[in-house]
Parts: sequence; C-alpha cells; structure tokens
Amino acid sequence: MILTRRAALLGLGAAWSLGSASLAVAAPMEGAPRDQRFVVVMLRGALDGLSAVVPYGDRDLAGWRAPLLPAGVGQPGGMLDLGGFFGLHPALSGLHGLYEAGELLPVHAVAGGYRSRSHFEAQDYMESGTDHRLTSGWLNRVVGAMPRDPSQPDGDGLAVGLSMPLLLRGPAPVGAYAPAATQGPSPDLYARIAALNAQDRLTGPAIDHGLAARGFSSQLLGGGPAGIAGAGDRGKPNAFATLAQSAGHLLAAGQGPRIAALEIGGWDTHAAQKQRLTAPLSQLDSGLMALKDGLGGAWKDSVVLVMTEFGRTVRVNGTNGTDHGTATVAFLLGGRVAGGRVGGDWPGLSQSRLFENRDLAPTNDLRGLAKGVLATHLGLGPRALDAVFPDSRQISPVSGLIRA
Amino acid sequence: MKTDPLHAMTRFGLGAKPDQALPADPRGWLQAQITGADPVRFPPTLPTVSDGLILLAEQRRLKPPPGESLIEPLYRAETEAQLAVLIDAAAPFRERLVWFWANHFTVSVRQGAVRPIAGAFVREAIRPHVTGRFGDMLLAVMRHPAMLLYLDNADSVGPDSPAGQNGKRGLNENLARECMELHTISPAAGYTQADVTAFAAILTGWSVDRRDDSPGFVFRERAHQPGDKTLLGRSFPEGEAGGILALDMLATHPATYRHLAQKLALHFVSDAPSPATVARLAGVLAHSGGDLKAVSLALVALPEAWVPLTKFRTPFDLVIASARVFGLHDDPDPASHGRLAGMMASLGQPVWTAPLPNGWSDRAADWAGPEAMMARIDWSYRIAGRPIAGEPSDIALASLGPALRPETIDQMRHAGDRRDALTLMLTSPEFQRR
Repeated sequence: MILTRRAALLGLGAAWSLGSASLAVAAPMEGAPRDQRFVVVMLRGALDGLSAVVPYGDRDLAGWRAPLLPAGVGQPGGMLDLGGFFGLHPALSGLHGLYEAGELLPVHAVAGGYRSRSHFEAQDYMESGTDHRLTSGWLNRVVGAMPRDPSQPDGDGLAVGLSMPLLLRGPAPVGAYAPAATQGPSPDLYARIAALNAQDRLTGPAIDHGLAARGFSSQLLGGGPAGIAGAGDRGKPNAFATLAQSAGHLLAAGQGPRIAALEIGGWDTHAAQKQRLTAPLSQLDSGLMALKDGLGGAWKDSVVLVMTEFGRTVRVNGTNGTDHGTATVAFLLGGRVAGGRVGGDWPGLSQSRLFENRDLAPTNDLRGLAKGVLATHLGLGPRALDAVFPDSRQISPVSGLIRA
Repeated sequence: MKTDPLHAMTRFGLGAKPDQALPADPRGWLQAQITGADPVRFPPTLPTVSDGLILLAEQRRLKPPPGESLIEPLYRAETEAQLAVLIDAAAPFRERLVWFWANHFTVSVRQGAVRPIAGAFVREAIRPHVTGRFGDMLLAVMRHPAMLLYLDNADSVGPDSPAGQNGKRGLNENLARECMELHTISPAAGYTQADVTAFAAILTGWSVDRRDDSPGFVFRERAHQPGDKTLLGRSFPEGEAGGILALDMLATHPATYRHLAQKLALHFVSDAPSPATVARLAGVLAHSGGDLKAVSLALVALPEAWVPLTKFRTPFDLVIASARVFGLHDDPDPASHGRLAGMMASLGQPVWTAPLPNGWSDRAADWAGPEAMMARIDWSYRIAGRPIAGEPSDIALASLGPALRPETIDQMRHAGDRRDALTLMLTSPEFQRR
C-alpha cells in the first residue's frame, strides 16, 4: 500500500518506533581473527546522493536542481567541504569529523547490478546481492563463508529489531532478538484504527490527538494523499541511534558477534525534499556516531557500509522533490577505512551523461565496493566472493578501500 | 429485559471466553455465582499476612542486594496466582466483585511495607466477604496489617496513653480520615475535623505486632487514648470495643449505603448513573443491613445494567479480557513481556499500586487520554502478534457477539494479516468497552 510505504519511508517510523530502524547482528568466525567488525546500514526509501554528497564543483548541478541545494561551503549552515568538488550535507557534521580524521570514504555514482526503480524490487535485489530475488541475503552468505565459532551460545549471531532483513536471511544461522516493547503498528494500521474509532466521541478524538502528538498528519489519518508533516524530529528519541549504540556494544564484546545490519527509513523525498531530508540525515549522522561510540576501542577494527537501493532524479520534480532514480552515494566509515577522500568515478551531470536522460549515471557497482571490503577487511577469497555475489565475476573488488 | 449472555460475561464478568459455552440463562448464571460458594482455591503455598510480615522483617534485617529480594518473589507469586484465577474463572462475576471491593479498600505497594502483604490482604480481608456483610468486610480490612500499615494507624498513639506520655509520638489521623471519607460515609455525610480526630483517637492502639511468632493485628492497650470519645454525636467507650462499635455505626450508616450504591452503580451501570439507580441500590443495602449478596443480586436485576457498552475497560479489564479471548496465560519467565501484571503496568494500572487511597478511577475520562489510547493500541499490536489460534473474524464474533459492528468485521477481513486483524478487533471501540 502506497500510503504505508510513504509514511514509513518519510521517516515517521524512525521517529516513533523502531519500526523502520531495526538492527540485525550475525556471526563471528572461528580460527579467523576475531577483531574485524563489519556493519551494513541500509537506507530504505532511496537516499538522494546528490543532496548528501553535493557535487558543487560540477558546473551543471545548479541548472538541474538549484531549489534543492544547501547553502555553499563556508556560509552559515552551509555544506561541509570534502576536498573542493564535493560538499557534505550540513546535517552530517559527525561524518565530516570522520572525513577529516581520514575515516570516512564517500563513494559516489554507485548503484547495484539491477536497474529497477521500484523500492520493493530494488531493496530485495540490493539485499539479495543480485539482479533478481533470492531467498537469502548476501550478508548471510558472508556469515556462511566464515568458519563457525562453536563457543557462541546463541548460535552464530543475533538479529536485533522487528524483523530479520532479507540481507541477513538464509542458511547461515542468525539469532534474533526483538525488544517487544518497542514494536508498534504500521502507519497504515494506525490510520485504520483511527478510522474505526472516528465516530466514537471518547476514543476517536483521543486517538487523533495521540497520533498527532506522534507526528502523524491529518491527511494520513484521512487516508488522502500522503502528505506528511515533517515529523522526523518529533516523538520518541532517535530510535536508530539507540539501536546503533546497542549494536556497537554487542559488536565490541570479546565474544560478541562481528557482523551486523541496521536499517533506517525516511529517504523517499518526493516533495519538499530540502526540508524533509534534514531530519533523517541528522538521525543517520547521530546514529553512526552512536555506533562508533558503542564500538569504543573496536572502532579501529571496524568497517561500516551505508547503502541505499537507488538514487533519485537529477532534476527537481514539480513538488520540490525528486523521483526514483539510479546511482547515488554510498559511505564507508570506520577505523580501518582508507578515507579522507571521495571515491568512485564521477560521471558528470551534463545532459549527455545522465542515465536515461534523468538519473546520475551508475559508474560504480555496489557489489565491487562490498567485495573490496570483504576481500581486504574480512579476508574472503575469490570463491567465497562469488558465492556472496552470484554471477558477478566480472565485477572486481575495488582496491584501496581499507588501510594497510 | 433482554439478557445477552456475552453482555453478562463482559459487564458483570471478565469478558468472553470463546472456548466456554455461553450461559443459556445469563441472569441465573450470574445469580448462581453469588448465591453459591467461592469456587476458587489458592495454592496453600501462598503466604499469609504473618508470613509476609516475617519476610518483611527479614528483608529489613538482611538488606539483601537488588535481585535477591525476599519480597519480590512473594509479590510476583501473589499477583500471578490472583491474576491466573481470572483467566479461567468459573465465577467471573464473583471475581469482578473481589477486585471492585479490593479497589474500594485500596492498599498500595507504593508504601513499601504493603508489598509483601497486599495479596494476603485481598485473600484474607476482601474475598471472604464479597457476598457477606459490608460491616464484616470493613472490620476485617481495618484490622488487617496491610491497611493499618498503608494508612499509618499502626504507629498512631493516643497523646494521653502510657505510650504517648513522653510526648514523642501522637495521633495519626490518616486511616480514620480515609475510612470515613473513602470507605464509609463520605464527605456527603457532613462530618467535621473533630469527628476525624475523635475517630482517630478511637482507633489508637489498632496496630501490628511484628515481633510475635505469628505477627499480625494487635490492640495495643498502652497506645490507646483513654476515655470516651464522641463521633458523629455518639459516645464510644474506651478500648478495642469502642472501635468495633464505631466501625459498626459507620458500616451501617445511611450515608455509607448511598456512597457504596454510587460506587457500585458507577462500576456496573455507567459513568453517570441515574439518582434512581443509586437510590435503588442504597435501599437494598439499607433494608438488608449492608448485605453484599443482596446488593450484588440487585445489580443483576437492574435493567440499566444490561445496556451494552456503557463502561470503558480499565487496563486491568482490557488485559484480562484479551487474555481470556486469546486463551493466553501468564508467562512465568521474569524476562518475558507475557506477564499479565507487566501488561497492566505498561498500560498505567500496575496491580495493587494505586497512587492514592481512593484507588483506581472507574471513569472512562481517566483512562482514555491520547497517550493512554496510543499505549493501548501499541500493546494490542504486541499481544496480537503472539501465536493465537483461530480465524480472527470468528474470534471477534465469539468475543463481541451482537456488539461487533459491521465496519469492524469489514476492516478485519480486509486486513493484510492476522496480526493486523486482531489488532483492529482489540482497538475497536466495542472491545474497549464492557
């Protein structure tokens, strides 16, 4: 249902519950060094990479999307410079600190091996690690490619959050833990509950007010077009940061898991993008800082991959937003990341360079990026990498992502 | 008078129980629960008030670290045992009355000494009297250590008594005031501060012997205020007998009957019962000398008590009704979220933990605020996610019967999954009421 997706993806979920910010943790390895940690953060809903890491040095940028651009580098509330051509969104100040410490590597113009512009298909493909749906996720296959640690009392790993993401589903055992008190209905179910109570003079107004206090707009409740109040900063404290910090603590423990997946929604900015993107970006930024904080001394042995299912149109649409696109930005961060620069081949934004005359062209493959981390950071060989990303032999691991 | 069996189960009982046959004669079914004996038998391992007081003394002597409390396991065992009775209760009307009267005579574990004996209080002072004389229940309550400790009478000392001679200790009016204001005649009777002080003096010496081998109620002669006292214009003699006489006067006072009738009507009829309803119940109490069996039967006979869905379920009602509908029992795992007591706490009504001596409210307005409703919705979603057998629409029909609205069943049928469908049932206005 579109209403549900929109509401969830616009960040409401992250604001009021862990419903769209959940965490899964998996599998240590036996025999292999127990120090390396690998965390994948999925941004469900398609992050506009051109807003997160703005190619302000590209001369075509302002022509396409002037209304969406943050203030310039050096101006109050302006972009945070990433070396003279790219600027980081001002809400990502924590990440900028990592960049300056050489621990953040944004990689631009990234896309998976699929070309779907459907959230649901593309997320499944991104998590499957292929251009079609599999019943297991590539991170589960990473777990499976590693020797099991029989000393783990809870099996090979732990998933924290509402549901096990496809990314971690599969034959390799991954435990699950869901903090029950944090579960809540979807916005769509809330809306239907409100509708069933609408005529009740007692419960009707109470539920309306309760939903409003949690940041739901009346349009949502009325079932009309999904106009959503900017709710990312209201309601409960940043659930994503809470989960991220917990993930960090779990991963830091000597006998804890070594691989984790988190997710956060709020990225499907079809309207009023400039206003609506700040809250989820802030949540992401504080969440990643909370993850670093939770990891403590283990941060130096960690790599975090932040990825989203696709990018958004280069042009601004009719409602000051952007529609579903192709390439976008991905982030690598952590003590092991060879950062302090922006990676990826930049395709440019001239009209002839746009993919299908609308999207940032995909010049870098997400699988190559992941393979580069898996090969160098986790020590997976070519055969294991082929199993993790089937039919991708032509995609080579990107080198130079990890510090020697 | 139309007597729907599901209404009998929700208004007078604790909610539908789809795996039990509906009573063919709803009124007769309710009456039999009141005229018959209490079928509930608690495990003999549950502690008496003496056991609780011994543990309390040990707890205070040993000061165990958190996690090794002597009191907590006892409190949990009590709540679990008394809530478990409600899920399969053979006489749910009787159970509702037990909790009604326990709330009328609130003791709260917010006062630490009450925690190990709150459960015993209900089993010992309330339950045996729910179909007996109100005066007997009042006397049992006022002599029970839980009430004497909760409202501070245990340490109340007559200023002119031997124990009060050194001037260090004196009168504590707390129990005397609340007994008149909340338990019996209520402010409508028009008493004065002098009456409260006199009643407090009458009750001096009503205390708890915590050192005895079998600790419990004691009348402390040395702490009792000497001399006759005048309460509501009547003179009461010195000694324990004076207190018993005063309580009997209060228990059988016409203002007490009106007050009890008002509270019973509020619980069983509506948030705004008519004066005629209250007068009818007060009349039964007056004519029967405070017979709670007679007034309970009178409730069943009230046509206005058979008007459906006029009462909003408290969190206690909602949790028990939902557990009965789904056949859920207490999950004994302390770490689980399946504890009925924990569910009630999460919805704002932890067992035996009322904030004030007037107990939990019986009015919808106090339970249906925006945040409370959101908590109910989120809780409903959690409980609906448990493994629950049966078709959601069948469960809804069996639970709500004629009260089930077409739009509710329609939305349930269009829900994306069982969990959503059951959440819609639990959060429907008709399920929120009884």
